[in-house]
Amino acid sequence: MSDVHTAHGHGHDHGHGHHDDDHLHAHGSFKDYTIGFILSVILTAIPFWLVMTHAVSPGATKALIVAFAAVQFVVHMVYFLHMNSKSEGGWNMMALILTIILLFIVLSGSIWVMFHMNANMMPNMNNDGGAVHGMHDMQ
Amino acid sequence: MSEINAPTVGAAGNTGADISSRYYVREHHPENGTLLGFWIYLMSDCLIFACLFATYAVLGRNYAGGKTGAELFELPTVALNTTFLLISSITYGFAMLAAQKKNVRGTQLWLLVTGIFGLCFLGLELTEFHALIEEGNGPWRSGFLTAFFSLVGTHGLHVTFGIVWLVTMMFQLGKHGITGANYRRLTCLSMFWHFLDVVWIGVFTFVYLMGVLP
Repeated sequence: MSDVHTAHGHGHDHGHGHHDDDHLHAHGSFKDYTIGFILSVILTAIPFWLVMTHAVSPGATKALIVAFAAVQFVVHMVYFLHMNSKSEGGWNMMALILTIILLFIVLSGSIWVMFHMNANMMPNMNNDGGAVHGMHDMQ
Repeated sequence: MSEINAPTVGAAGNTGADISSRYYVREHHPENGTLLGFWIYLMSDCLIFACLFATYAVLGRNYAGGKTGAELFELPTVALNTTFLLISSITYGFAMLAAQKKNVRGTQLWLLVTGIFGLCFLGLELTEFHALIEEGNGPWRSGFLTAFFSLVGTHGLHVTFGIVWLVTMMFQLGKHGITGANYRRLTCLSMFWHFLDVVWIGVFTFVYLMGVLP
């Protein structure tokens, strides 16, 4: 990354009064994008292949495709979004970590709460007190 | 880092410049706050998608006697769509590389290629939506389809605005060339575009692939 920066940091544009204009911060290189793309293609192709060919059991397929999605997420963050602990003085990474925590709370919380609601509502939907019985169990 | 840029003016006898020189002191801020700000916008956008994903996680199996994901989704189409979006991601990367070399024509060309792949993605998605609605499987049919159309539709809307932004940038580059401001805008759009691809990883994994599995 630094070699790109030095290659383009000098010898360009004159006469743009503002010093921020003078050097363009290089984000990523041809190599970065190519590696990211190839990894993404592989990490996308395998889950589709698993689901379309029923190569392994449905339970294992679910676990595997989530794992591949997680890895591909990291690949995109590193190679396409150039995320590292130093960019913007570390604040990019902090914002990302906060978002992931919130995301986890929203997703797992919703699924957990709604699953319990379903579990308590499901047994008897007619009005002989199935749901009420469920409520009593909770108390 | 905290260098004073205009001390010579003060030395020339103008005492007023001593006071004004303090405004030239560089501080330890990140050099370009726009990029951090835009990143925080993207993170907040991420929370919108988190809510839509959570809704889908809750309602995704409530078919109301209608068709299931396994019956409705066509994985080859989704695979093609994923390919379009992934290719558009790397072509945007090439646009950024051209911009770093101050190559205006090259940047515009790669932006055009990115836009075309974006349009292919959008066209295929709209075709899919149209086919679903024609067969009576619109968002009103079941909780599953409401959540599906909300989530995938919101992503599609983001791609639409991304394409509008791409076209705007092509004209901006044509008019002003690769200035610092334009490069900053290109970097923001780069984050936006790659971010949409990241969201799509979640969509194809949790909506389409999971939806097809029993």
